[in-house]
Amino acid sequence: MAALSRVLSVIDGGGPVAQRLVRALHQLERQAVVVGFTGPPGAGKSTLINAYIRHLRQLGTSVAALAVDPSSPKSGGAILGDRARMGEHVTDSGVFVRSLSARGHLGGLTLNIHALVHAVDAAGWDVIILETVGAGQSEVEICRVADASVVVNSPGLGDEVQAMKAGILEIADILVVNKADLPGAANTVQQLTGMLALRSGVGRDVPVITTTATSGDGVEAMAYAIGEVTSQATPTGRAVRARAHAADLIADAAANQVRALMGNTVNDRLDELTQAVLSGELDVTQAAEKALRSIGIESPT
Amino acid sequence: MDDVLSTPGRVLVTKIGLDGHDRGSRIVAAFLRDAGMEVIYTPPWQSIDAVVALARQEDVDVIGLSTLATDHLIIPDLMDALQEAGLEDVKVVVGGIVPNPEHDMLHDAGVAAIFGPGAAREAIVDSVGQLAATAREAKFESLGG
Repeated sequence: MAALSRVLSVIDGGGPVAQRLVRALHQLERQAVVVGFTGPPGAGKSTLINAYIRHLRQLGTSVAALAVDPSSPKSGGAILGDRARMGEHVTDSGVFVRSLSARGHLGGLTLNIHALVHAVDAAGWDVIILETVGAGQSEVEICRVADASVVVNSPGLGDEVQAMKAGILEIADILVVNKADLPGAANTVQQLTGMLALRSGVGRDVPVITTTATSGDGVEAMAYAIGEVTSQATPTGRAVRARAHAADLIADAAANQVRALMGNTVNDRLDELTQAVLSGELDVTQAAEKALRSIGIESPT
Repeated sequence: MDDVLSTPGRVLVTKIGLDGHDRGSRIVAAFLRDAGMEVIYTPPWQSIDAVVALARQEDVDVIGLSTLATDHLIIPDLMDALQEAGLEDVKVVVGGIVPNPEHDMLHDAGVAAIFGPGAAREAIVDSVGQLAATAREAKFESLGG
């Protein structure tokens, strides 16, 4: 366990040694089942994961969880508090929990989550749980990494359901309404079910399951639904998802490099373009094309 | 961010024993975060076994223990447990109320620093930052860059 812990640190830190590790790990075919939990802050993801771990442990399954929390945009630091809700498992040798900082990465997980999952898998854990940062509209990369994506919602979060309409709702394999003991739970279930009915062409049934993570109610039903989804996962499907995710990450990294280049080298030009956009002379897309051209990149459009 | 040695320091901020006054640990956790560190924060009432497991799984560089009501008396047991678990490179700092005559006892047990009431934020941040860097180098020295 200590060795895995250090390996995760090395991979998370990047650099040549990390790359050597990633290359070695890449040779191994993944054995573990990967289950992702996402949803808005305060929906009860960590508490639900805690209950799910308890369920899996009763079956004798070993569980590793990677829990991501956001980093401060100002200092880069982070308070990683997900495992505060998983305290009951801390001394169980069949449970491994690692808190990760997003380290500025947007998307819900970390930049190198695939490699981290590979390392945990290689260490022999049966089930790997991923917990995203509190997420709503754009943090959808969990579905590229996990064999099953569970989107956790709860009543009383106001317009969160609305926010999920075009966002993480679409990536859900399973929808959970947690805190089902609170007033309004039935209403939330109804809203989500209604939204699912309005979607077309999804090609799969998304169950809506109610849970009360603090009592464990509904967790078995959720675990069953997760099993139904993960049993469909294939190595080919996993490889396709991994490639799509890597392509997204490369595009994001390229965009960040362009941003840095623009900030460093074309300030005057950027000032002109800024004025042009604000005055309505150019729209943002046109200005972006010109900005790219000024640093030698011909826009494809 | 070139490699593991250049990533933010990882600090476990926690409390062992039966005292639940956690305002101090929360404040320290927040300002270590604001200094750019990654803080694994737990509620109070952790057991020694739990702290060892947390330190190992999270691969922390520093453990910060808040103690206000004689919980410092069991810190030597924690130091032994860390040693037994092979975590001797992890640095331990203590904050809160430690009577002066008992500082030596904690230092002898291997505690790297003790911060009492009135300790300056900068002093704590600097000390924890330096200890984290030292611990990280010790842990990963065999990597050889």
